[in-house]
Amino acid sequence: MTLLDQFQLILKSQNWPDWAVYLVPALVGIIIIISVVLTVVIVYIWWERRLISRFQIRLGPNRCGPEGIFQPIATAVKILLKEDIVPEKADKLIHFIAPITVFVPILLIFAVVPFGEGAILADLNVGIVYVIAISSISVIGIFMAAWASGNKYSFISGMRSIAQMVSYEIPVVLSIVGIALVVGSFSMLKIVEAQNIPFILLQPLGFLIFFLGSLAEMNRSPFDLLEADSEIVAGYHIEYSGMKFAMFYLGEYGVALAYAGIITTLFLSGWQGPLLPPVIWFLIKVMMVFSVIVWIRSTLPRFRVDQLTAFAWKFMLPLAVINLVLIAIEVLVIPANLQWTMVLINFGFAAVLILLWSKLFTLGGGRVEV
Amino acid sequence: MPIKTESFYLNVGPQHPSTHGVFRLRLSLDGEVVTDVEPIVGYLHRGIEKLAETRTYTQIIPLTDRLDYLASMTDNVAYCVAVEKLAGIKVPERAEYIRIIFSELMRISSHMMAVGFYLNDCGAFFTPVLYMWREREKIIDLFDMVCGQRLLYNYMRVGGVSQDLPDEFMPALKKFVDEMPRYIGEYNQLIKQNEIFLARSKGVGILPRETAINIGASGPVLRASGVKWDLRKMDPYSLYDRFDFDICTGEVGDCYDRYWVRMQEMTQSLRIIEQAMKQMPDKGPVCADVPQFFRPPAGEAYGYIEAPKGNLGFYIVSDGSIAPYRLHIFPPTLINITALRDMVIGWKVADLIIIFGSMDVVLGEIDR
Repeated sequence: MTLLDQFQLILKSQNWPDWAVYLVPALVGIIIIISVVLTVVIVYIWWERRLISRFQIRLGPNRCGPEGIFQPIATAVKILLKEDIVPEKADKLIHFIAPITVFVPILLIFAVVPFGEGAILADLNVGIVYVIAISSISVIGIFMAAWASGNKYSFISGMRSIAQMVSYEIPVVLSIVGIALVVGSFSMLKIVEAQNIPFILLQPLGFLIFFLGSLAEMNRSPFDLLEADSEIVAGYHIEYSGMKFAMFYLGEYGVALAYAGIITTLFLSGWQGPLLPPVIWFLIKVMMVFSVIVWIRSTLPRFRVDQLTAFAWKFMLPLAVINLVLIAIEVLVIPANLQWTMVLINFGFAAVLILLWSKLFTLGGGRVEV
Repeated sequence: MPIKTESFYLNVGPQHPSTHGVFRLRLSLDGEVVTDVEPIVGYLHRGIEKLAETRTYTQIIPLTDRLDYLASMTDNVAYCVAVEKLAGIKVPERAEYIRIIFSELMRISSHMMAVGFYLNDCGAFFTPVLYMWREREKIIDLFDMVCGQRLLYNYMRVGGVSQDLPDEFMPALKKFVDEMPRYIGEYNQLIKQNEIFLARSKGVGILPRETAINIGASGPVLRASGVKWDLRKMDPYSLYDRFDFDICTGEVGDCYDRYWVRMQEMTQSLRIIEQAMKQMPDKGPVCADVPQFFRPPAGEAYGYIEAPKGNLGFYIVSDGSIAPYRLHIFPPTLINITALRDMVIGWKVADLIIIFGSMDVVLGEIDR
């Protein structure tokens, strides 16, 4: 029983009308989630700037409040006050809708992220499928922004976004099926409850694929081709300023938070942990995942577009399929109380396969005859 | 139904984060593949050659600072070498050693910037460049100690250098030289084995040996193509024949070789500095006796050195007055980027950026 259900029961026992019993808890839940998410996103922006500056032997923002904690707020105020410039040749309507189309699905993802035991807005029985479906909508928003800007750089970025999202969706989904096989459900709560052993140990290969795939889905380095600032300047949001740009900016961190939450839920046993309250455990784990993402961003150069798709189709997809078959066989053969043998077998397979692939596999094409 | 496609033009620059200044490239793209490229230079033209005709020989030195602003010291040296050749001035030994030490420090600094920004072009989020900035800062502090300037030094003079080294310089230099190999190891640890970096750089933007020779490329770009050519060895100016160092060459001439040649040259430069510190006379004049408004005899001279980016030459025609009749600058990077078109066609936009980055271009020198 989720907290939302309990709230509804309380209201029902107070003899509230039916529509109010349905609507009020939902609205309260939505408001709580949006405000929590936006606050955490702002903390994340601060955290990324501070952490990445540590990787780069500099201090980072440290003037605005203690340790520069108010810097994101100052940035937000600055962005809000900026003039909203729409290019003359832009498709005005789509240019306006695009940031919303990018931002709203990201908020929708949080509906099924369990922050704690029962602290979930909608415990869908297809929770993780819902996440995959919803997160794909952002791609349309990105392409709309790219196309409507009427800019050639953003046009290139839009084309890249389609190639990238289509390629990486498939291995990501396949790696999730591995989890569903073990758990026997797509529900986020059930997935967390099933993790006596965190799935990162049980399915190391699946974790790797999902993590890399989600890096690509959220356009983070080394898959940040959409906004490759050294090549296509800022990609799809090159012609955006003011609040519309802020939507993309918040969306970028929002999706990082969302995927960090999903990775925590799927592979790091969600809110479970000793001593501390569940929500704190969840936030700590999310912070760890996010810090790894920041670490990767500060270390790695970027892929080229053909290398990016080659990585998805030649490296990740075969591994995802092998992982799926392996898990399916193991679920059939190994009894549930012997999961530790599964851990050992899967780590062995992951090490062998990755070594094998790294020998066999070449990244992308080279020069094209013109 | 066949899908209709068409190629389109893309204007990269003059304002673009990866053009290292105000370079402009007009690209024809087929999807992401570059089918044609037309480089357009001249956005940073300041008429330095013409300005030089109305200035005395000493006043020209600050103008040369503005050529390759990431390696001002070697620009100074190249100009002074040309004028000394014209007027037949003998530079004191201590001044020659100071020049060599400063040229090599400048080479390390310039190569660090080249590699750092090359990595930035590859898409690394500023980490390599900021690590390299840390040591460049130390080099700049050394320069600052001597001439009070951090970027545009105006330190060399015709016949020597403007002032002797302060007492605290040599210990600071020694400390830097001792520390630097560790930092170079750190850079290699960060960059050299990186799979993505290798995938992006190896085999990309190959400049074949013949083309490199034919266009007259020089510096690390030429050496990366496998040509063992370095003016410091081939035609030792100053006192370079007294030092023991290697010419580093690449094998294929791709972006990776250009990167790796630069990294190796930093080590070689450190070797030269170490030897120079040992050989340098402790006392002595640092500048020949040259009057401020000196008039070289009528005639012409071409002085050239191995600058960090290649053979930098100054051609000076004198009519016996206090200002040169004509001054021409032979910039290495302008010659090097003439190969750009052959190198980038058929590669993708992302490759174009890194190929251009690996040429180590400074627009101040190209446009003059």
